Amino acid sequence: MNETLAGWLQVIALIGALALSFRPLGDYMAHVLTTGKHWRVERMVYRAGGVDGDAEQTWGAYLRSVLAFSLISLVFLYGFQRLQNHFLLSIGMKAVSPALAFNTAASFVTNTNWQAYSGESTMGHLVQMAGLAVQNFVSAAVGIAVVATLIRGFTRKKTSYVGNFWVDLTRIVLRILLPISFLFAIVLVAGGVIENFHGIQSITTIAGDHQSLTGGPVASQEAIKELGTNGGGFYNANSAHPFENPNAFTNWLEIYLLLVIGFSLPRTFGTMVGDKRQGYAIVAVMGLIWASSVAIVTANELHSVSSSAGHLAGGMMEGKEQRFGIWASALFAVSTTLTSCGAVNSFHDSFTPGGGGMTIFNMMLGEIAPGGTGSGLYGILILAIVAVFVAGLMVGRTPEYLGKKLTGREMKFASLYILTTPAVVLVGAGIAMALPGERAGMLNTGPHGFSEVLYAFTSAANNNGSAFAGITVNTDWYNTALGLAMLFGRFLPMVFVLGLAGSLAKQQPVPVNAGTLPTHRPQFVGLLLGVILIVVGLTYFPALALGPIAEGLH
Amino acid sequence: MPSFLPPVVRNHVSALRMLLVFTVITGVVYPLAVTGVAQAAFPDQANGSLVKQNGKVVGSSLIGQNFNLPLKEGQTSPNPDPKWFQSRPSAAGTNGYDPTASGASNLGPNSTVLIQDINQRRAAVAKFDGVDPSTVPVDALTASGSGLDPDISSAYAYEQVNRVAKARGLDPAVVRKLVSDHITGRPLGFLGNEYVDVVTLNLALTNLK
Repeated sequence: MNETLAGWLQVIALIGALALSFRPLGDYMAHVLTTGKHWRVERMVYRAGGVDGDAEQTWGAYLRSVLAFSLISLVFLYGFQRLQNHFLLSIGMKAVSPALAFNTAASFVTNTNWQAYSGESTMGHLVQMAGLAVQNFVSAAVGIAVVATLIRGFTRKKTSYVGNFWVDLTRIVLRILLPISFLFAIVLVAGGVIENFHGIQSITTIAGDHQSLTGGPVASQEAIKELGTNGGGFYNANSAHPFENPNAFTNWLEIYLLLVIGFSLPRTFGTMVGDKRQGYAIVAVMGLIWASSVAIVTANELHSVSSSAGHLAGGMMEGKEQRFGIWASALFAVSTTLTSCGAVNSFHDSFTPGGGGMTIFNMMLGEIAPGGTGSGLYGILILAIVAVFVAGLMVGRTPEYLGKKLTGREMKFASLYILTTPAVVLVGAGIAMALPGERAGMLNTGPHGFSEVLYAFTSAANNNGSAFAGITVNTDWYNTALGLAMLFGRFLPMVFVLGLAGSLAKQQPVPVNAGTLPTHRPQFVGLLLGVILIVVGLTYFPALALGPIAEGLH
Repeated sequence: MPSFLPPVVRNHVSALRMLLVFTVITGVVYPLAVTGVAQAAFPDQANGSLVKQNGKVVGSSLIGQNFNLPLKEGQTSPNPDPKWFQSRPSAAGTNGYDPTASGASNLGPNSTVLIQDINQRRAAVAKFDGVDPSTVPVDALTASGSGLDPDISSAYAYEQVNRVAKARGLDPAVVRKLVSDHITGRPLGFLGNEYVDVVTLNLALTNLK
């Protein structure tokens, strides 16, 4: 089979698999988030945690629980890394330095999984599995929990209550993330991903050289790393490493895993609000953005557009693995930067200006197509609210979405949400470029070097975690600045989403009438797409012009 | 929980207790359960798809290796050994293929350093394999993402046949047959790319004669 046909089939098979999962997984998640019945094991968890599983929380109480849980996680993970040399299974790794430990703790608690360290030479087995991988589960669950409150804001009326954080967290982990991860971890092992506790094994190679093979419980971490759109690799090379991603089959499976929850959540949304068409409209917008991005990156990489090195070598294979090739690398790169996953199977720093620039643009969209677990859906719902508001302004009506009025209060929360991340990205990248020492961290020079810095802050603030990895970021300044960018980029938007959820839940729904804007038709899909592109374009165009655009036009 | 504590403290104590519960479930029970099943059902894969020669582990079929001549006096980097099929250039560690330092070059698409590297590699590979520089395939000129890529294209493998056969005193047709037997097609016919695994190919080479 020729490369082009195989490439197309690979994309089509992925779309088919996601389409097949959309309904069952989406409806199952809706059930998990709405059922009144606890499992017995869940009651045991509530008892052990000392929480009341039958109480409801206001948005303020819900927020305080989210923040308390995340703060404790941050402190716990920081301490764990600082003391790792005293624990079992540290395989000889030293205590992690304070700035790096802070950065890594912030990174995993915020579902970013930015990695300023190299896994195989920094983290022992126990920190990897009982520290980092735990956050892979719970930080993903926090995202889904927060979007659940926003959906409840639409479905509930005249109440202050938006759900119970501890119940949502427990159910999402035990009923959704854990079973799917377990199943796929085993499938990944069958495909060749390793799962052992061997530590570092010294061998003599075929040619008589010495090599140290690095073992570890990789598959169990790999499954949740993709499913929870975390992206933090066991190894420095992440999903390009043959032990994390040994062949094109595991590669395809990993792409599927990192997309499946994000693309199924609109179904959960449609089912919960009692109008499935609303979910179809949202998933259509996500799908259109994803498909266009796949087309753009693949075309740029296949034709070595604006890359003198690519033309010289005869293809864009620098930083890509032979077993994946261009198509599977581009597909992974797009999916990981549009989902806040940030795992990589090829290194974006060496992509064409157009392909690499697109991965930055993907993150700048705010991780909404389909976005991180939960955070993608709440991100696009905020933009949907803005789109409805804009349409309302055009015809001079008080806008409403799903029966809830969008008043000044709701729009303030939505606007603050949209302003937060760009502010963090642009201020952060601006400061880094103004400081000579930090500017020197760039590996490449000129516009490409600027893209490295821009990529780093975009990735951190949007909780993606992938990198133009050439830049040197394991310095106290970058570790601290990017750690703060991740925390602000994660928790400030959550405050606004929860505030919005509380505000919506209090309202009495207004009946639909002839003047109501239908939000399930192609017209609305187009309107929402337009709003997304205009908001992002206006915000980031100057920064993109200095980086990838300047490089592409050189 | 004692009710005399202020709510903010109780909230954080609950958070800590919940985190510990999840640490046990997802951080200890889950990986151990996966390891248990993996080791019972798929021990070869779970342990790293190790390959053996005369009963001794000589590597993993998934992790690329260096096939170099011993370092000579005054040399900083070793020369490739003509007896072996060579892998792609690697950015992992000083001499490449160091699994404790996986990673890519991260050089940009118009980097002058990368352009220089490609030119040098093209000249060196063409000379080493005795072929026209314009025919050297792209995977021989570019470093992989992991720096541990064990695979090359079939084109690069075929390019090396004559040199390997000559160095070993073998019939080129036999070596060529070995290469064609080692081409792995795309999984399911359409996923990823086809390749030749250099580690298993070289191991099979030692069994010829």
